[in-house]
Amino acid sequence: MVIMNYSNNMKLETKTIGNIFADNPKITSRNVNVFYHDKQAINNVSLDVGSKEIISLIGPSGCGKSTFLRCFNRMNDTIDGCKVEGNIVLDDQDIYHPSVDVVPLRAKIGMVFQKPNPFPKSIYDNVAYGPKIHGLASTKDELDSIVELSLKNAGLWNEVKDRLQSPGTGLSGGQQQRLCIARAIAVSPEIILMDEPCSALDPIATAKIEELIHQLGKNYSIVIVTHSMQQAARVSQRTAYFHLGELIEVGLTKQIFTTPQDKQTEAYISGRIG
Amino acid sequence: MNNDHILSTFDNDLNRLNKDLLKLAKLATEQFVNSIDNFSTQNIDDIDQLISNDKNLDDLDEKIQQLGFEIIALRAPQAEDLRRVISALKISTIFERIGDYSRNISNRTKALCELSSDDTPGVNIGKMGLVTQEMLEDIIIAYKDKDSDLSVKVRDKDVVIDKMNTKLYQEVLASMSRNKKNIVSGTHILFIAKSIERVGDYVTDIAEHNYFLINGKPLSDNRPKADKTSLYGID
Amino acid sequence: MSNNNKNYTLMDAKKAEEIVRSNVKKRRRKDIVLKSIGQFAIFVALSFLVFLFVSIFAKGIPGFFQHYVTLEVNLDQKRLDPKGDLSADSLYSGDARKLVLEALYKEINPKGRKQKKAAKKILSSNAEIRVAQMVLENPSLLGKTIPITFALDDDIDSFLRGYIKRDTPESDRRINNTVIKFVDVLVEKNLVDYKFSDYILSGSASRSPEIAGVKGALIGSILTLFVCFILSFPIGVATAIYLEGFAPKNRITEIIEININNLAAVPSVVFGILGLAIFIGVFGMPRSIPLVGGMVLGIMTLPTIIISSRAAISAVPPSILDAAYGVGASKLQTMFHHVIPLAIPGMLTGTIIGMARALGETAPLLMIGMVAFIVDIPNSIQEPATVLPVQIFMWADFAERMFVNKTSSATIILLVFLILMNGIAIFLRNKLERRW
Repeated sequence: MVIMNYSNNMKLETKTIGNIFADNPKITSRNVNVFYHDKQAINNVSLDVGSKEIISLIGPSGCGKSTFLRCFNRMNDTIDGCKVEGNIVLDDQDIYHPSVDVVPLRAKIGMVFQKPNPFPKSIYDNVAYGPKIHGLASTKDELDSIVELSLKNAGLWNEVKDRLQSPGTGLSGGQQQRLCIARAIAVSPEIILMDEPCSALDPIATAKIEELIHQLGKNYSIVIVTHSMQQAARVSQRTAYFHLGELIEVGLTKQIFTTPQDKQTEAYISGRIG
Repeated sequence: MNNDHILSTFDNDLNRLNKDLLKLAKLATEQFVNSIDNFSTQNIDDIDQLISNDKNLDDLDEKIQQLGFEIIALRAPQAEDLRRVISALKISTIFERIGDYSRNISNRTKALCELSSDDTPGVNIGKMGLVTQEMLEDIIIAYKDKDSDLSVKVRDKDVVIDKMNTKLYQEVLASMSRNKKNIVSGTHILFIAKSIERVGDYVTDIAEHNYFLINGKPLSDNRPKADKTSLYGID
Repeated sequence: MSNNNKNYTLMDAKKAEEIVRSNVKKRRRKDIVLKSIGQFAIFVALSFLVFLFVSIFAKGIPGFFQHYVTLEVNLDQKRLDPKGDLSADSLYSGDARKLVLEALYKEINPKGRKQKKAAKKILSSNAEIRVAQMVLENPSLLGKTIPITFALDDDIDSFLRGYIKRDTPESDRRINNTVIKFVDVLVEKNLVDYKFSDYILSGSASRSPEIAGVKGALIGSILTLFVCFILSFPIGVATAIYLEGFAPKNRITEIIEININNLAAVPSVVFGILGLAIFIGVFGMPRSIPLVGGMVLGIMTLPTIIISSRAAISAVPPSILDAAYGVGASKLQTMFHHVIPLAIPGMLTGTIIGMARALGETAPLLMIGMVAFIVDIPNSIQEPATVLPVQIFMWADFAERMFVNKTSSATIILLVFLILMNGIAIFLRNKLERRW
């Protein structure tokens, strides 16, 4: 299937079923291939991420969804032997262009990881680290406000406001993950990437994070990788199904989970493969 | 303790489902009440209006089915949430059927209008309709208020309609055997009475679904039955 | 897979339980045997350790004590300070020795030249220096007659400890009967004391065992270790940081790594040869100074520090790195704000190990000549010095009985120094350690 993308006049060849485009996209990725040494992990994937939308990437283990996610903020650069080809454009800038500095890019695109990883510092310092190194606050008061707002928006402020100097690692799992979310939003990103953010948490903590994601979706574009399709169903507006490095189908979550168009998608969602 | 779901969108969806179902219930009740009124007034315009309104009920039922379907697919409801969604789907279908029967009553009424009134046996359809209307209104309250006892009461009341139907059946049969000219109109009236009786049965179905929704176990099947029409022949 | 396996089914639970139970006794026996062997081995090792410590302390503790005699010395001003200006020069050229002998003769009353000759053997040769030092520090003492405590000569000391016996024939003894008679007199008069030696720690190298001490060697060790630390710690840590965090993964880096790992196993004497050839031979630096010694030890310690620092850095969980990169930190910021603070305990451990080894090294320092007989206490890293293990090595060579004791005493001091160093480093490590 060959699609003409009239917005940037690029000819696009893709086997993906469903609408890979988004209105007013934040990130457009076209013909992305990723290799680990000689092994190909992502095969010709094209996908848009819209502004202020929540899109989830699902698929069986090893299908490449995390690899694809890490392309967006160039975290794959930190992995030896990882090569990324293709075109990924954020706000009219190709992020893999040699002139691009990854440091500000990663301030624009925040990331939350599978296992909560707060720094071994105080809660305050955890959230303040990003703004400090990027110079976002010129006075201590400004820094205090950034920390407070970030913790409020992450739904953690009330629980920690009296113990900002205590270590971040002393919080429970769900609280630590919210701390990591606060840390990510403290540098005012436009996009938040989440790599299986709840897989290390119990169901109640997971539900709280999902509600938080729902609230955050009003202000940020969010891309979530999850191995729980129920989570994708609960949380996202669009869902993309990956299999063996290829993007099989993408569409509105409502539609993917009630009437998927591709047989592989159907098989995965109904628990027949994976 | 706050009884909301942690995920607010879940509550939003369930509330929407509930609202739409109550709206359908109100529409179905209106259709039924109007169909009984039209039987007495025999106003052709009202009857035509009612028949064309039936489409609204069909559309609303379809919307509720789709919403319930999505909630099950996307939210995987459990326990009371699951019973609520499944019951809503079943009850929605029932209200849509009640609407259909109201339409049928109106169609039959229309046919009766074209016959002369002399040939129509005098019977009290209105009374039957009133009892059924009461049952309908009560069951809607029982659903809204999660009233298990009221549900049981409503179910048990169906026996009154059955008795009335049996009596009416005898009267119409007698009228038809007295005067051959009454056969056509009498048949229409029998069908109308049957429709009302069916609506009563449907309301008891709703009562049973509601009971299951509230209590988690089925209402025992010892409901009194009094439809003895199958025992009567023409002497 | 052979066809025989096709018909195998897992055995029934009851049968399996029987078999397991029947084998338990044998397995328990094996466990007990293994455990006993282990316990026996530990017991043997502990016995050796106890034996070692007991022998060191048995010989070393007496080395901290020696015999003194207290005499009334007349601090005649004119004779002590001929120049009259209280300068060191004047005092050391004065007649302190005569005054001390007079004080001694007063007590033992020797008659005739032979007896006086015997008497002179009683006191340590350092006696007059002690008087001169006392007056230098406290000139107001001049003119007074005060009791001063002097160390006894090492032969007398050995006699008093019982190593030289009275019943050995006189010709076989180091001290004759006259001397013994005089010593008896002093003992009878209660002038002889056995107390904690003030020479062992404050004296420096000397051929006279009674005044020999480790001060010079101790300071030499401190200076040498200081140079070693200054050289090896920054370079070692920086190398580890570079290799772990910034070096590209290519052939050259691999070769560097292999070489560093191999250097850690090179015998230390080779580094001494290196120092001799290059620092002393090519650069023409003087022998026997802590600077050169420190440089040699520094090169020797470098691989240890690099290897343990690298291990500490790579032990930092990658999730911390991900978190730092994710928030937009650069490689340098991630290394210095996050990795190094977490790696410091490991780095310090490696440094402690390295320094401890350097402290005890003798062979490479012998190669560069830090064996010189140094009497003066070194004041800088460019003055000739010796180090504690070398001092111990040298003392072990001397035959005098007191040196035998003092060798073990110096060993004890070395051990204490080691424990102190370790203690400080462990304290630092615990303070800086962060849990993650």
